[in-house]
Amino acid sequence: MLKHFGIALRLTVVSIAIFGFVYPFAMTGLSQAVFPYQAGGVFVKDAHGSIVGSEIIGQSWHEPYYFHGRPSAAGKNGYDPTSTGGTNLAPTSKKLIDATKSAIAALKKENPDATLSVPMDLVTSSASGIDPDISPAAAYYQVPRVAKARGISVRKLTTLVQGAVRERTWRFLGEPRVNVLALNLALDRVAPVSGVRAHLRR
Amino acid sequence: MTTAGWLQFAAFFIIIIALTKPLGSYMARVFEGERTWLSPVFAPVERFIYRLSGVRADEEMPWHVYALAMLAFSAVSLAWIYLVLRTQQWLPFNPQHFPNLAPDLAWNTAISFTTNTNWQFYSGESTMSYFSQMAALAWHNFVSAGVGIAISVAVIRGVARTTTKTIGNFWVDLTRCCLYLLLPICVIGTLVLVMQGVPQNFNAYHTVKTVEGAAQTITGGPMASQEVIKELGTNGGGFVNANSASPNENPTPFSNLFEMVMIFLIGASLTYMYGKMVKDTRQGWAIFAAMAIVFVAGFCIAYAFEGAGNPLIHQLGVNGPNMEGKECRLGVGASALFATVTTDTSCGAANSSHDSFMPLGGLVPLVNMQLGEVIFGGVGSGLYGMIVFVVLTVFIAGLMVGRTPEFLGKKIEKREVQFAILAILVTPVLVLIPSAIASVKHDALATLGNAGPHGLSEILYAFSSTNANNGSAFGGLGSNFFWNIATGVNMFFGRFAVAIPALALAGALAGKKAVAPGIGTFTTNSTIFVVLLVGTILIVGALTFFPADALGPIVEHLLMLQGKTF
Repeated sequence: MLKHFGIALRLTVVSIAIFGFVYPFAMTGLSQAVFPYQAGGVFVKDAHGSIVGSEIIGQSWHEPYYFHGRPSAAGKNGYDPTSTGGTNLAPTSKKLIDATKSAIAALKKENPDATLSVPMDLVTSSASGIDPDISPAAAYYQVPRVAKARGISVRKLTTLVQGAVRERTWRFLGEPRVNVLALNLALDRVAPVSGVRAHLRR
Repeated sequence: MTTAGWLQFAAFFIIIIALTKPLGSYMARVFEGERTWLSPVFAPVERFIYRLSGVRADEEMPWHVYALAMLAFSAVSLAWIYLVLRTQQWLPFNPQHFPNLAPDLAWNTAISFTTNTNWQFYSGESTMSYFSQMAALAWHNFVSAGVGIAISVAVIRGVARTTTKTIGNFWVDLTRCCLYLLLPICVIGTLVLVMQGVPQNFNAYHTVKTVEGAAQTITGGPMASQEVIKELGTNGGGFVNANSASPNENPTPFSNLFEMVMIFLIGASLTYMYGKMVKDTRQGWAIFAAMAIVFVAGFCIAYAFEGAGNPLIHQLGVNGPNMEGKECRLGVGASALFATVTTDTSCGAANSSHDSFMPLGGLVPLVNMQLGEVIFGGVGSGLYGMIVFVVLTVFIAGLMVGRTPEFLGKKIEKREVQFAILAILVTPVLVLIPSAIASVKHDALATLGNAGPHGLSEILYAFSSTNANNGSAFGGLGSNFFWNIATGVNMFFGRFAVAIPALALAGALAGKKAVAPGIGTFTTNSTIFVVLLVGTILIVGALTFFPADALGPIVEHLLMLQGKTF
């Protein structure tokens, strides 16, 4: 009995050294050497060279001249990576149905010129609350609004969105999607809104 | 539902089938103590570990000594994790200066990780220091998985050996499992995940100014190295609260596929290893087939309901699948598949909010756990749970034809059946009775996230998940003192009250003589046996849980069709 507790104690110490310390430190060193960009957190810069976020983490968008992401339940104002999670509301939850109703109303108000039907992902919250993507349908839905706010043609903007669509991996893994941050940064490069950047980053 | 969704499912399962034999053969060599191609690297490390720990590698243990060693190790590792969580603010690698955990939460978390459950009543990104994550939680993901696999290897030895008292050496099984099996796969897996975009660093959180000028704090940490063992060891405890739904833990559709393969990999390979160790690989494939049938059925149901979407939202004029609580890069196909995979096994990682699944879509993960996590199952615990069901099936088949039941030439008698029934009864007793108590206790009901029948589903899910050592949650349920203690106790018995009878069963079987099969022997590698085994699992599960589940998800579904909300 005592003998086994002794072994348990010693093996615990030895295994913590190997799997609790040597393993994560060695993997960190190896990862930083082989994939330094990913291991550090895939930070992206804007045209001015300042870091504006992570490629794989969604952020909040409110301005009409940017494409918007999905509703978010992460943190008080949404899109808080230190408070990830979904609404966890049931399909029969009154709160869920009410929230979806107001999301639809707000979306229609923001996009009076939209011609497509309301996309499901733009009125439902993601599981992480920091979903970086929207469906291609959700991007096309917002094209008339963004085009008007930027003063560019719908056709030109549609082409830009088409180029931003990421297809399924090997044609069958996951779903086609558009990374909102990447699309908006591309938009700023192609059709900058004069004065906006300076105003925002003052 | 889309063609791509079905192809994704098919590709996943083909990969699992293809890997089962090679990894199963390798595992058989590891646990038979033979040389492997990794021995030149690991044999010296292994000997060094034994010397430091005082392990005598040639010592064989009877079942009760094996169980005692397992309990001793679990007790010490439980104490360590509790200690770390209660002192993390004074320990290094805490760039966010997180404080110590409260006693009841630390206790719940310590039991949770010791029992391979990884039920989480905390949000990792705002609670755990990097020290706690790697030296307590991720370390435990290795060793608690190792403990589960060791027990299953001992149970297999009990089935395979004849007229002996011993079923192996716990310390050797545990060490060889972590070193030869888990570590090499994790080294490769970490690199694959980092390549896909999972962070692996010790940086403090980084606050950036977003494009629109808001402040956003981007989290970091040694995530990839923890992510891979979280899946491989069917632990499931996420580095962050959103678990594998977070783009940090699971950034791409490919990383999603990779993580699902990691979850099933060892559970599937154990069936082949079992066949190899009992010297009849068809025995292993028979168990694999029974598991596969339930897995495929579960996925089809979940995918159908998630793909069809929520009629209450369709009424608002928005069409499409159920995207509430799902990620755009993954969609409903990858989410329904992940949910089925993670609850067939006792993993409990989640890439979507199970709480927001359609009532009958969410019934699939719930039932998977209530069946006792034997569909590939937790690493190790799935296989020894399945062997218990095999013994029961053989016994029932024997009763039907009026012969003394035999299992691989060994007579199944009163004692073996008693141990098997004891192990099987744990699930209903520890799910239904606590659920009944919780549904009339005010402090239990106070933290429910949803009203109506879905509230009962949340209670049932919590106790099914903790008892089955799964750890996934209907996340709307909040934590308080009642839930911390009740689920903690449940996880403890869910693990050890099954493992110890299973080891006792192994001890009893190891002492028996094996006689050559006769003309009337009921073979356990035939199609008819697979059908009977699946029937036994489903009937035991359905008879036990149907009344309770009917009041939760099934009533919710019917009321939803009438347009009711809560």
